[in-house]
Amino acid sequence: MAKVNVKICMGTTCFVMGSSQLQDLVDIVKNKYGEAVEVSGSTCLNHCTNSSEYSKAPYVTVDDTVIQEATIDKVLQEIDRKLKENE
Amino acid sequence: MSNNNSQSIHLKKEILARIIEAFLSDNYEENTRLIPYDMRPKGAEVPYRCCIYKERAILKERVKAGLGFSLEEDDETKLLSDYAKEALEREKPDEHPLTVLDAACAGCVPSRIYVTDLCQGCVARPCQSACKFGAIEMVNGKSKIDGSKCKSCKMCMNACPYNAIVKLAVPCEDACPVGAIQKDSNGITRIDYEQCISCGKCVAACPFGAVNEKSQIIDILKHMKDDKKEVIAMFAPSIVGQLPGTIYQLKTAMEKAGFDRVYEVAQGADITTINEAKEFEERMEEGAPFMTTSCCAGYNQFIKKHLPELKEFESTTETPLYYTAELVKEKYPEAITVFISPCVAKRKESMDNPNVDYVMTYEELGALFIAKRIEIAECEESKFEVESSKQGRNFGNTTGVAEAVKSVAKNPEEVKPYIISGLTKDTVKELKKFTKDKSCPGCNLIEVMCCEGGCIGGNATINIPRVARKQLKTLLDESEDLKRND
Repeated sequence: MAKVNVKICMGTTCFVMGSSQLQDLVDIVKNKYGEAVEVSGSTCLNHCTNSSEYSKAPYVTVDDTVIQEATIDKVLQEIDRKLKENE
Repeated sequence: MSNNNSQSIHLKKEILARIIEAFLSDNYEENTRLIPYDMRPKGAEVPYRCCIYKERAILKERVKAGLGFSLEEDDETKLLSDYAKEALEREKPDEHPLTVLDAACAGCVPSRIYVTDLCQGCVARPCQSACKFGAIEMVNGKSKIDGSKCKSCKMCMNACPYNAIVKLAVPCEDACPVGAIQKDSNGITRIDYEQCISCGKCVAACPFGAVNEKSQIIDILKHMKDDKKEVIAMFAPSIVGQLPGTIYQLKTAMEKAGFDRVYEVAQGADITTINEAKEFEERMEEGAPFMTTSCCAGYNQFIKKHLPELKEFESTTETPLYYTAELVKEKYPEAITVFISPCVAKRKESMDNPNVDYVMTYEELGALFIAKRIEIAECEESKFEVESSKQGRNFGNTTGVAEAVKSVAKNPEEVKPYIISGLTKDTVKELKKFTKDKSCPGCNLIEVMCCEGGCIGGNATINIPRVARKQLKTLLDESEDLKRND
C-alpha cells in the first residue's frame, strides 16, 4: 500500500502563522499510524506567495490535498480520509 | 497561559503584516484605510461577528492599535488613513503599552453571576431573599439577575439549594495576577494603569482579542526608511526557536528586513550574571536571608507597585537589555535602538530607559518577515561581533538566571535557588509570605519570571515553549560556558 505523505510548511510565513505549533504532528502521526503515514517539515511550499494568501497560512499538504489554516485535527481528518481511499 | 494558535492571535499577526505591507507600498495611507475591506471584502463570509460591518469596524480598531494608538480615547469619525498619517508624525510612542477594544470586549457577560437552566423556580426563592440589592426577579417562573443591580456578591449562589446559580469566568480578570483589569459597572473592561504591571497575561487570556498592544512598528519602519540614522536590533535570548532557522540565519534575515546591525541581548545577560553573582555573594556575607532576581520587567513592576517591602531583597543588578543597550549606544550614540521582545512588559522597561528607543515583539518581527517575504531558513549564517555564552542564551528559560548565577558563583553549592515560573495570584501570595517572614525556607536565591516557563512563554511568543526549548538546547550545546575573571 502506498504511504500517505504529509508535508508541513515551515517557511517563514507558515511558521509565524502557526505551523511552529504543528511540529507535534510528527510524533502524533507516528504513534497513531506507524509506518503508513510519513510526516516531514518542508521549506516554503509557495502557497502563501500569491497576493495576500498568508491570511490562510499555515499550509499543510496531505498527498496532493492542500489544507489551509491547518490545525492538528484538520490534518488528522484528511489523513484518515486518504487512508480510507487507499484501502 | 502562553501563546496559542487561537484565531485572535492569527488575526493580530495578519493585521500587523498588512499594516507593514501598506507602509511599504506606494500609497501607505490609503492602503491602510483599506485593510478592513481587504480582509472582509464584499460578500466575504463573516467568521466571528454578527455582520460584515461589525467585523470591519472591529478590524478598523485593531489596525488603530497596530498603528500605535489608544482605543479608549479614539475618534471613531476619523479615517484610518488619517491615523496612518498621524502615526508617521508622532515623535514618541504612547506611554502605556496596552489598550482595550470595547466593541470586542462586550463578549463577556457584564454581570458575572448567572442563573442556569437548572433553576427549578422553587417556592422558597432563597436567592431572592439572599440578594441585598434586589437584583433577582422572576421571569417565566425562574430567577433572573438584573445586571444593572447585581454586585456579584455571590450571596444568591451560596443560597441556591440546586447549585443553579454560577459565577462566570472573566478570563482577563482571572489571568491578571494583581487585579488591575476589571469590568466597570457598564460591563466594559478597563485597565487600572496605576496597578497594571504590563505583564501581558490579559492579552494572552482574552478569547476575543480585546486587549491590544499599541504597536511601535510604524515608528520603527519610519526610521528604517528615512535612512538618516542606523537602526540597530537587540534580540532577547528567548527568540531561539520562535522563528525558523538558526539565530545566525536570523541575524542575516533581520539585516535584510531593514536593521543595520543585530545584537544578542544574551551578551548583556552575561554581564548581568557576573554582577548578580557578585552581588549575591556580598549580600550573603552581610547576612541577608535571600536575594531575588531583577531581570523580568513584569516582576520589577510588580515589586514597585505591589510589594515595595520586597525591594530590599531584590538584586540591584541591571537587566540584560540595560547592559546591551548601554554597550550599543556607547558605540553608536546616534543610532536608533530596537529591542526585539517576547512580551509587553519590556515595552514599559524600554520607555524608562533612554538607551532603548523602540520595542518590536516576536509577533511583529514575524509579521515584518511575512510582509517582506523573507525566508529565514534560506539565509546565510552570519556571526555576531561577540558570541554570547551558554548561560546568557539560557536567560529566557525558567531556572536559567539562577543556574547562570550559580555557575559563576565562588561556591556554587551555597547558591540554593527557589524558582517561581509564572506570576499568578498564588505565587504572589508566596512572595508576600517570604517578604513578611524575611525568609525563604531552605533557599537563598529566588528567581522570578512573570510568564510560565520564563520568557519562552511570553505573551508575544510564536512557538510552544516545549518545542522552542528543544531548539534552545541545540544552541546551548554549541555555546561556550561563561567565565568569571576575578
